[in-house]
Amino acid sequence: MTDNINAAMRKRRRIHIAKIALLTLWAGVFAVLFLMPTVLTISNSFMSSTEITANYGSIFAVGQAGGRQFISERVNLKFIPDMVTFKQYITVLLKSPDYLFKFWNAVILTLPIMLLQVAVAAVASYGFARYSGKFRTFLFFSYIMMMLMPSQVTLVPNWLVSKWLGIIDTRWAVVLPGIFSPFSVFILTKSMKRVPKNIIEAARLDGANEWQIFTRVCIPSCKGALYSVLILVFIDYWNMVEQVLVLLTNPDKQPLSIFLSRINAGEISLAFAVATIYMVPPLLLFLHGEEQLVEGITYSGGLKS
Amino acid sequence: MKLSRNKTADAKERRENIRLSGEERRARRRSAYFLAPSVLGVMTFFIVPFCVIIFYAFVDNPINKEFVFFDNFVNVWNNGAFRRAATNTLSFSALAVPLAVVLSLVLALILEAKIPMKSRFRTFFLSPMMVPVASIVLIWQVVFHYNGALNAWLGPLGVNQIDWLKSEYSHLVIVLLFLWKNLGYNMILFMAAIANIPKEPVEAASIDGAGRTRIFFSIKLRYISPSILFVTILSLINSFKVFREVYLLTGDYPYETLYLLQHFMNNTFQSLDYQKLSAAALIMFAAMTVIIGLLFFAESRFGKDVEN
Repeated sequence: MTDNINAAMRKRRRIHIAKIALLTLWAGVFAVLFLMPTVLTISNSFMSSTEITANYGSIFAVGQAGGRQFISERVNLKFIPDMVTFKQYITVLLKSPDYLFKFWNAVILTLPIMLLQVAVAAVASYGFARYSGKFRTFLFFSYIMMMLMPSQVTLVPNWLVSKWLGIIDTRWAVVLPGIFSPFSVFILTKSMKRVPKNIIEAARLDGANEWQIFTRVCIPSCKGALYSVLILVFIDYWNMVEQVLVLLTNPDKQPLSIFLSRINAGEISLAFAVATIYMVPPLLLFLHGEEQLVEGITYSGGLKS
Repeated sequence: MKLSRNKTADAKERRENIRLSGEERRARRRSAYFLAPSVLGVMTFFIVPFCVIIFYAFVDNPINKEFVFFDNFVNVWNNGAFRRAATNTLSFSALAVPLAVVLSLVLALILEAKIPMKSRFRTFFLSPMMVPVASIVLIWQVVFHYNGALNAWLGPLGVNQIDWLKSEYSHLVIVLLFLWKNLGYNMILFMAAIANIPKEPVEAASIDGAGRTRIFFSIKLRYISPSILFVTILSLINSFKVFREVYLLTGDYPYETLYLLQHFMNNTFQSLDYQKLSAAALIMFAAMTVIIGLLFFAESRFGKDVEN
């Protein structure tokens, strides 16, 4: 009898293990697919320019004169360079200021948007979370509407105002609408509403005014949400394309994200190194703040708080 | 007895409310000041110009200001480029959204099945979200170019060379990029929903002899169905933002099946046609309002069923 039960249990356990193994295998397959583009970009950035041209020349070297260089008929996608070299990085970082300049453009557009959007939103979300009335509910609803509108809709008002203010084609045209974008208000309000009411009440009875309650009670208890919003806003604007195409058409002021897509045949060997440098800041942020990021995403699931 | 006690409690509360109300009102007003910077900015950059757009959409031109009813809308609606852009955008969404929902649910279920290294896998699946698309379009070009890696792999299998980005397959290439980028985000939402499934009904059903498949379809799926609806609509909204990927991959003049609404808008911005621009923005605004309305409806209708 017990033998039978044991055998049955063993069998069930074996099936269970087989199942987990199969699922892990699937997860592994997906993981490879998800990581491949990033890993390939990074590994290709360590190839010498001759190797890049030999491998990908047939794609990018459209108008290149030559005949000396060996260019294979078909592309040769490789994970591991024949010879690891840092030459591309040295060229990008030391010899061609153009790329660094575009990188800097991305920094001075993204940083003010990120910091000021979160600052403005933190203050506003306190206003939304502290009391709610008909007016504030309506306002919050319109913020959600704006947040969900695609750029096809929101860029038209932005563009119109920039024209009126005469800031079109300057950095302000991108930065100012970015600062007031309602995205972080939404997530921060949700997080502020979770601050226990009795703590706020206690602070008030101790004589704290609204500003003190905000800075000393609410901000510290929303640290995680603030961090995750910073990350989410950063990645969104580090990646920006459509705003720049409409509001900042001067190529000298455009960030690297636009520039990378216009890289031509002559620069292809550097492109992978530039692409890798460009993904370093968001990836570092991700590795440092993954938990907060996940928490922030979870907050965004569901429109009500 | 019970009723009367409730009544006195109510009365007590009311008295306290009256006592507090002066102070309360002041606090309420002061907390409204916190909204001021944000509201001022939103008014300036979004709402006021949006009202002007509504005005522009109904007049013949900004100088003459003659009311023309729905002429501008009819013009945009009958515009061939707008039609093509709208069709392309919708057909992209029709392909991308179901895949985005199903695959991310599969990923979330795999991770929630207690596989080893769960958090490591979560990091891997989420990482594309943080990689700028601009950085990886090179790889996409290398793979999907006419002389690219995919054709090189398929060649020996007897498949003819396909120009992936300049043929009817172009949507597929963009869908892959869209999925690569967005699955992680959806997966996190689903993981939260799966983690919130209460234990009791699952245990009760398994004691009653329900199999795993039965439990999944009858219990678990029911508890995560609000999330499925939410993620679907969210993915639909995100699929309208895929212009970014398309632009980085194919530039200003993509293959005709990749000509999206944002391309149409960009061209209209350049021609400075205020009427067309305003009317087109309003048409899209109306369409989005319907979709967002559905989102809210879904949430209030189905969200309550499972929340305790």
